[in-house]
Amino acid sequence: MATLELHDLRKSFGATAVLHGVDLALNDGEMLVIVGASGCGKSTLLRLIAGLEIPTSGQIILDGRDVAQLDPAERDIAMVFQNYALYPHMSVFDNMAYALKIRGLSRDDIARRVRETADILGLGPLLDRKPRQLSGGQRQRVAMGRAIVREPKLFLFDEPLSNLDAKLRVSMRAEIKRLQRRMGVTSLYVTHDQVEAMTLGDRLLVMHQGVPVQLATPMEVFERPATTYVAGFIGAPAMNLLPAVLCQDGTAADLGRGLIIPFADGKRDGADGRKLTIGIRPEHIAPDPAGMAMQIDLVEPLGSETVLIGRLDDGELLSVKVPGRAPADALIHVSFPAAALHVFDAETGLRLG
Amino acid sequence: MSPRTDWVAHLVLCGGVALFLLPLWLLMVGATQDGSAIARGELSFLPDLRNLGIFWEVLTDKGPGGATIWHMLLVSGAMALAIAFGKIVISLLSAYAVTFFRFPLRMVCFWTIFITLMLPVEVRIVPTYAVMANFGLINSFTGLAVPLIASATATLLFRQVFLVVPDEMVEAARMDGAGPLRFLRDILIPLSAANMAALFVIVFVYGWNQYLWPLLVATDPKLDTIVIGIVKMIGGDTVTDWNRVMAAAVLALLPPVLVVLLMQRWFVKGLTEGDK
Repeated sequence: MATLELHDLRKSFGATAVLHGVDLALNDGEMLVIVGASGCGKSTLLRLIAGLEIPTSGQIILDGRDVAQLDPAERDIAMVFQNYALYPHMSVFDNMAYALKIRGLSRDDIARRVRETADILGLGPLLDRKPRQLSGGQRQRVAMGRAIVREPKLFLFDEPLSNLDAKLRVSMRAEIKRLQRRMGVTSLYVTHDQVEAMTLGDRLLVMHQGVPVQLATPMEVFERPATTYVAGFIGAPAMNLLPAVLCQDGTAADLGRGLIIPFADGKRDGADGRKLTIGIRPEHIAPDPAGMAMQIDLVEPLGSETVLIGRLDDGELLSVKVPGRAPADALIHVSFPAAALHVFDAETGLRLG
Repeated sequence: MSPRTDWVAHLVLCGGVALFLLPLWLLMVGATQDGSAIARGELSFLPDLRNLGIFWEVLTDKGPGGATIWHMLLVSGAMALAIAFGKIVISLLSAYAVTFFRFPLRMVCFWTIFITLMLPVEVRIVPTYAVMANFGLINSFTGLAVPLIASATATLLFRQVFLVVPDEMVEAARMDGAGPLRFLRDILIPLSAANMAALFVIVFVYGWNQYLWPLLVATDPKLDTIVIGIVKMIGGDTVTDWNRVMAAAVLALLPPVLVVLLMQRWFVKGLTEGDK
């Protein structure tokens, strides 16, 4: 168990800068999820912490010690890989015991620790099998066991669930969360899947093009996205983002077509006419007979709710999530509740207020 | 597959087996017969079982060079083993270096190794002889085996095997604390065991069958290989004892056949278990 701090961590491959300075502090026992689209630098960040890549500059402080230049083995960090990376010629027991063997633990100690870990993960009866005799979920579990048995200071997960089928992914997700709580090991979990990110993390770090854009609890990221990128990335279907201008001395947004919505949470800075981006989540758009007309182009039934994708009369795309079945009519009327608005600056994409 | 085509296929296969076995059968039968009868072309298709002792006799008798056949078999075996092991070890290490390590001129090294494919011993035999002579290795076991060890084929084979090892596995081993040598020993060598077995079979037979290089580099009868020995038994001023030549040839056949049969079990096991 340990704390992890990153100070202005940068990485370039040749002339291409992949990470533009990451600062981060992980509390003891915390599970931090790094989420972002592919190519945002999240995997590079993980590999820097693991020691598989050497940072161009910056510090990685693990438990008060700068480990940025150390070999992976000297850092006392365990990693679970996306494709499990089990040693195919070794039994489950040997796979889990390998790191301990290298460290020169006694035979008895190794056997005891491997058995304890196997019991936690329900791998007891599988210890003599080879990886190819296991199912995907079992392999995943062995990969986790291999990390756990070392009792490391830090766990790193590199998209560990993306090779599993949907159902197994959900149950393994719950299992990882339970295990992490139980072991209390500080963990970093990289994923591109926002559901995994929301459900697993104590805190989320959203990355975009090599820069961390928001670090907050999952609910905070959802409720108060820091930028239009985060707003569009977290939440399914994605938040609607509409152009608007500031009006009425900064107390309302003019969305054009005569629609002026006053802000529910006070005034924003700037002169009237400042360009804004207004965000509203599909589930917050309310049907309203007196509201704007929306022509439905596409209906996506999800069972308990339905996503309607359509156009306003001026052609603006809009998605709306309604509970239950789709309305029978292809033309509905909707309005934007003032309390559900997210206000961003149109140029910088940063949240205002 | 209909029963009819099955039957035809078997017939063809049986024909193939007969074609391959007939010369071997004649060899074994000929060994037990009277040498002068063979020389007259009167080779029977049935063995003369009273003469089975010929194999033992040939094995222990002194050959034309002064060395016994069993000594020649030992020399051949030692040479083939040295070539096989030497080749595997060197190729394994060089393939490991060019695949997993970044060092200056890595690709130059790789291509240099690659180019030697075009230079088998037969092509470079004069310069190789000169080098061996300068080192004073003519008429030595080292001189016999070492020039045949260097080869690009095995390096390329191991490189292909290593290239398909996933990066994540290399990284997992690094995180587990395995250094380069440990990774080679604990992960790569077990993973390429089947390839090594196959390579061993091929190279052992290659080494066993060498003729030109041993003929050139070793004139000392103590270093006569069995292939050289058999050639020395034929012709010359004296009458050739064809039955003895055939018996020696049968004895010369046994070790490589044995290696193939024994290693084949490993080979098949490695392939069917599909460790990769």
